[in-house]
Amino acid sequence: MPGRGTSRPGTGPGESRTGRDATGTGRGARGRRDRGARSVDPRVGSRGRQRLEVLLFTGPALVLFALFVVWPIAKALQFSVYRWKGFGPLTDFVGLRNYGNVLQNEVFTGALVHNLVIVVASIAIQLPLGIAIALLLNRKMWGQGLLRTVVFVPYVLSEVITGVVWFQLLQPQYGVVDTLLAAVGLDGPAEGWLGTPDRALLTVLVVLTWKYLGLAVILFLAGLQGVPDELFEAAEIDGASWGQIQRRITLPLLGPTLRTWAFLSMIGSLQLFDMVWILTGGGPANSTTTMATFLVNEGTKRQNYGVAAAASVVLFVVALVLALTYQRFVLRRDLDTDGGRR
Amino acid sequence: MNRTPVLRLTAVGLGLSLLAACGSGGTDAPGASGGDGGAQTITWWHNSNTGEGKTYYDQVAKDFEKSHPGTTVQVSAMQHEDMLTKLDAAFQSGDAPDVYMERGGGELADHVEAGLTKDLSASAGDVIGTLGGSVAGWQVDGKTYALPFSVGVVGFWYNKALFEKAGITAAPTTWDEFYAAVDKLKAAGIAPVSVGAGDKWPAAHYWYYFSARECAQQTLTDAVKSLKFSDPCFVKAGDDVQRLVAAKPFNAGFLSTPAQTGPTSASGLLATGKVAMELQGHWEPGVMQGLTADGKGLGENTGWFPFPAVDGGAGDPKAQLGGGDAWGVSQDAPEVAVEFAKYLLSDQVQKGFAEKSMGLPTNPAAASSVGDPALAGLLKVRDEAPYVQLYFDTAFGAAVGGAMNDEIALMFAGKATPQQIVDKTQAAADESK
Repeated sequence: MPGRGTSRPGTGPGESRTGRDATGTGRGARGRRDRGARSVDPRVGSRGRQRLEVLLFTGPALVLFALFVVWPIAKALQFSVYRWKGFGPLTDFVGLRNYGNVLQNEVFTGALVHNLVIVVASIAIQLPLGIAIALLLNRKMWGQGLLRTVVFVPYVLSEVITGVVWFQLLQPQYGVVDTLLAAVGLDGPAEGWLGTPDRALLTVLVVLTWKYLGLAVILFLAGLQGVPDELFEAAEIDGASWGQIQRRITLPLLGPTLRTWAFLSMIGSLQLFDMVWILTGGGPANSTTTMATFLVNEGTKRQNYGVAAAASVVLFVVALVLALTYQRFVLRRDLDTDGGRR
Repeated sequence: MNRTPVLRLTAVGLGLSLLAACGSGGTDAPGASGGDGGAQTITWWHNSNTGEGKTYYDQVAKDFEKSHPGTTVQVSAMQHEDMLTKLDAAFQSGDAPDVYMERGGGELADHVEAGLTKDLSASAGDVIGTLGGSVAGWQVDGKTYALPFSVGVVGFWYNKALFEKAGITAAPTTWDEFYAAVDKLKAAGIAPVSVGAGDKWPAAHYWYYFSARECAQQTLTDAVKSLKFSDPCFVKAGDDVQRLVAAKPFNAGFLSTPAQTGPTSASGLLATGKVAMELQGHWEPGVMQGLTADGKGLGENTGWFPFPAVDGGAGDPKAQLGGGDAWGVSQDAPEVAVEFAKYLLSDQVQKGFAEKSMGLPTNPAAASSVGDPALAGLLKVRDEAPYVQLYFDTAFGAAVGGAMNDEIALMFAGKATPQQIVDKTQAAADESK
């Protein structure tokens, strides 16, 4: 052992080792570990080295994750048990009272209902529409590229821009939508599309569909491209009609894509904020509040940061439960090793 | 036009204070200021983010830099609501701007309690002396924490031409006359009133004002201290609002109309002649200028009348709802920031401020410079008012005021009763105790 150590600098193996060590930084450490490895178990060294590599490569990501995900969640949990105006020290411990306030608040429970309506409606509207458009666009046809672009452009626009543009389009009387309606002899709602409590959520849903249909179509199209052509050819040879092919082959094979998209859509709908905030601010008469607009309103407008934090924790739990349930019962087949082909 | 005298006065008037600032800087922190020759930057946030007002304030900052070599004023001009949100965020992160707008009342008390604002009682004592009674709204426990540069009152801004067209000869002084005017405007095919209920506070102003007319001054003063709303006058105020909403005087889609962003906002509708009037604060002419293509707002058609009297109300009909903006200096700001805040209240800056109709000056030297006849009339009403009730949401602070505003907006949508406004406000007040 000592002999090997002293002879190392000049020996062949030593030179070759340093030669391999291109970075030069971890040289000493690596040499030491290699030596230990040989003396005990050849595999331990490589395992330790693996650990170090894992740590090295995931380290930065882990630090960021801790800083921007774990830390904020922990802070939200902490704020949610204090009464806090948003500045100054945390002194006013109130236990779970903020949670009681949130869960008994009819604006929040209304917001929860709105979120669930948006989850269900988004899937119910965008799924059939998206599949229909994707199937259409998947055929060879004239103007296909243009159509794809037209469908996808709304998704590329930022939420804020979309919201502002639609807010202007939907202005009562002077807005483009009402002007166009008037041109064909129809009237928009007297108080405006976004100003009528009974109609505002529906209007928001229409704008959301306009915005997010493009994502569904693009994902479904990508899924369709993954279906091997031979299957279609074989079916065609067997005399199957276009409709039969779609029903029996395309849709089942599109399953994993559809389920993943539905998952994204659900989580997005639960966290919906920007569009509602710009279009209606959660109004009129709280008819379009979502859990996210509720918590921002409580925090920034009312300076009840404790209540807002409690609402954010509730939103987090709702999303987590829904996500885990969905993964457990729906997505699991896609996560199996056979790739979801049942 | 009047830039040269401004510059000259600046140079003369502030040369002394500059010397003083340098002197104190040297003794207070010899290590810090020794190396960089006293060069320092102060940040200034204001909400005159359009047109003439923005240009004027940029010039004011430059003038100050010229008279204070080594000082840089970093100006951030923001839309009002954006500024409030950003201020909250800045206070949270402990990175507040050096000179910023304080609205007084419960908000200021919160900031003072959290140790965010500088006590200016001594360092700006001379300026505070000239401002007289208007600093009262920015005092906590007898100490002054901000220098009010504009104090005004809320009232009805109206389009003189449209009133004439509808055959209205005199501005309404009672609610019966007001409703008669609404009927005349509707008969002439003109939308009578715009309100930015989407932002809630413009709608809430109606309830505040009816409260100020229905409740005795003592009742309001007590409520701010005790946070009790048991006096029936608050419910009566709600009844008055309900009656107004039932008369349908408002613009189409008022529930989602923003206060003052864009030409289809409540102020935009008034500025572009699409409605006849709007209940708004003293800042309205400036806002309307920013919302019209020619930058003139309603121009010579701008009219103003105070909130009409309520029959049988216990409040003084000459009492006004209002408030203002003051320059606060954050706790960690350098001393020169206080100099800057004082400079903003100087005769010359306030005169320019008044001439450009950016607000209602608090420095008496600038009172005669208010050129806009509508604003001059408003200034007279303000100075004759027995008291100016601070906007409730400011007076009560965000938690109580926010709950109040939310519930009042609900009433505008026909989804809350007068009693519910009081109940929800009381609940929020109890929660914040």
